[in-house]
Amino acid sequence: MTTTAEQLSATTLLRFATAGSVDDGKSTLVGRLLHDSKSVLTDQLEAVEQASLNRGQEAPDLALLTDGLRAEREQGITIDVAYRYFATARRRFILADTPGHVQYTRNMVTGASTAELAVVLVDARNGVVEQTRRHAAVAALLRVPHVVLAVNKMDLVDYAEPVFAAIAEEFTAYAASLGVPEITAIPISALAGDNVVEPSAHMDWYGGPTVLEHLETVPVSHDLTACHARFPVQYVIRPQSAEHPDYRGYAGQIAAGVFRVGEAVAVLPSGRTTTITGIDALGESVDIAWAPQSVTLRLADDIDISRGDLIAPADDSPAVTQDVEATVCHVADQPLSVGQRVLLKHTTRTVKAIVKDIPSRLTLDDLSQHPAPGQLVANDIGRVVVRTAEPLALDSYEDSRRTGSFLLIDPADGTTLSAGMAGAAFAAAAEAVAAVDDAEWDF
Amino acid sequence: MSAVTTTVSEGTANPYALSHLDSLESEAVHIFREVAGEFERPVILFSGGKDSIVMLHLALKAFAPAPVPFTLLHVDTGHNFPEVLDYRDRTVKKHGLRLHVASVQEYIDAGKLRERPDGTRNPLQTVPLTEAIQQHRFDAVFGGGRRDEEKARAKERVFSLRDEFSQWDPRRQRPELWNLYNGRHAPGEHVRVFPISNWTELDVWQYIERESIELPEIYFAHEREVFNRNGMWLTAGHWGGPKEHEATETRLVRYRTVGDMSCTGAVDSDATTLDAVITEIAASRLTERGATRADDKMSEAAMEDRKREGYF
Repeated sequence: MTTTAEQLSATTLLRFATAGSVDDGKSTLVGRLLHDSKSVLTDQLEAVEQASLNRGQEAPDLALLTDGLRAEREQGITIDVAYRYFATARRRFILADTPGHVQYTRNMVTGASTAELAVVLVDARNGVVEQTRRHAAVAALLRVPHVVLAVNKMDLVDYAEPVFAAIAEEFTAYAASLGVPEITAIPISALAGDNVVEPSAHMDWYGGPTVLEHLETVPVSHDLTACHARFPVQYVIRPQSAEHPDYRGYAGQIAAGVFRVGEAVAVLPSGRTTTITGIDALGESVDIAWAPQSVTLRLADDIDISRGDLIAPADDSPAVTQDVEATVCHVADQPLSVGQRVLLKHTTRTVKAIVKDIPSRLTLDDLSQHPAPGQLVANDIGRVVVRTAEPLALDSYEDSRRTGSFLLIDPADGTTLSAGMAGAAFAAAAEAVAAVDDAEWDF
Repeated sequence: MSAVTTTVSEGTANPYALSHLDSLESEAVHIFREVAGEFERPVILFSGGKDSIVMLHLALKAFAPAPVPFTLLHVDTGHNFPEVLDYRDRTVKKHGLRLHVASVQEYIDAGKLRERPDGTRNPLQTVPLTEAIQQHRFDAVFGGGRRDEEKARAKERVFSLRDEFSQWDPRRQRPELWNLYNGRHAPGEHVRVFPISNWTELDVWQYIERESIELPEIYFAHEREVFNRNGMWLTAGHWGGPKEHEATETRLVRYRTVGDMSCTGAVDSDATTLDAVITEIAASRLTERGATRADDKMSEAAMEDRKREGYF
């Protein structure tokens, strides 16, 4: 198949994130994925070659492809999340390329929030280090469904299986203890191209997929029928025109699960119930719709519904609460303190709130807890207790990433302060995993 | 071959899969509805180029059967392609929309802007755009920018806060998590919103085909009198080309992007249909901006610098 035909036949979309540092070879891996899938075009490569030459570098520095800001190029670091786009015969990919150092945890959290898969890189010579544990913890915290451990620089350890096996075992045990549901370890050399796009000729002992093969075949959506169906109302559509005098529809993007015409639903937080009489899917009337489709629901009863309300099955609606216990990643330069008044944005609803308590701060490198820190600063992960002025129909993040997440916003200047995930921090450890001696983080 | 992709894929194993176009469409519609729900005076930047045409199409779908709750704004450089202006006016009429025009020519005539020596007016759009935003008190401004276009745009947020001078500070961007967009802004500030951030050029063309969206005819191969400047085929016109030493010739070309005539190059092409255009783009080894935009070739950070000042 030619590149043309390959790209044109691609159908599904996978959003994934990479975490790691330049030292782990992340830029080389990303550069190779883009280059070997023929997603770097001639003029981009020429621009990189010219810029590298201007800096006195002989080989083109593929990091310049993604380090788009002047400050990043000048300092030779990745500051921000860079989004890259590429396609193969099987899929379209949106890659959130995030920096790996501790002062950029917020960027990794940002990239992981929309990712269905995270690639964690380690250097085969160093094995699982603090940074690796932090990356695994971010993926676990954000409930990224699939994690890939790419054990890089296998060429520098003579492509030795025992080196890979020991790292894979240690990482898998650790990630599983944090509740990561699926972990795939792949031995690679990003520089030499082993097992990135093409299978390696140096590691006959490895029978699994290459990184790209895994990205192409991993399931992009889980079993939606097992999810709690959730529909945050964004906007009420009322044309009041001669053609549509009585049309009243509730527009939104299905956050989770499946909705059907004829289904009994509850509207939260009021708790009133009604029935779905129609689903308009962007110009087409349908009987069934599912996440993440943007649709318009029509309902049997003329009840008071506005932006910020949540529609859910009458027999499976979330609890309504004004007390939120959650894990947050603090993303702003200004701190978050106990007693602070904030705005809380949950789905399409923004309410006033107050930070009642910050019971603990967590170090992701070793999962150690620091009780009662008083405040959280940029890149901190901590537990918070928040009281809201109005009730929220809130799920636990474990059950629903879209309706269990929220932002804390500074009401004075609008800054996004923290990203919150309601409920327990980590899922229960996966079964049949060797015990790890790190302190469990349990509330 | 047909490039159309339809809804269900990945075999029978997953009946609830969405095609990549459906995923992107759903995301963009969500963004339009968020803005409608949270802002007072949103406006869509509409140039008659393919990206803004796709934006408008998405907005129409997002609010049907009600009308689009936004007006349109076009920054007219005075050097726009007549075919595109014609398309713009027909589209506005067809959908019963309201169009604001900010005219670079009026600023030049009034002595508020000065013509550049190279004749290009692309950088001159920033002031009329900014003043139109202030004058009409627009608080959300939709742009058709895509992250795959250019490396500074790859770091742009979907909701991008601008100060009262329309300036962008890339180091003070708000982190964007999940699909929770933070549009809070002070009076005088506004938010640039990019609903098709995650689309590639190919996605745009495949969507245009799937939705049977009409485009200005200059996107398809046609014979045109052009001349070569800095390796690009430019259209002769009253904007200042060709110069004495530049010879014109008639070539079979089409436009891959549509901007100011002075800095938008045509590409050699015999693609007269959408299918042919899509096949041509998928095989191209050049990015659309690399192939057609003189304004991005000025320096390594040309786009970042223009964005900081308030450009699209």
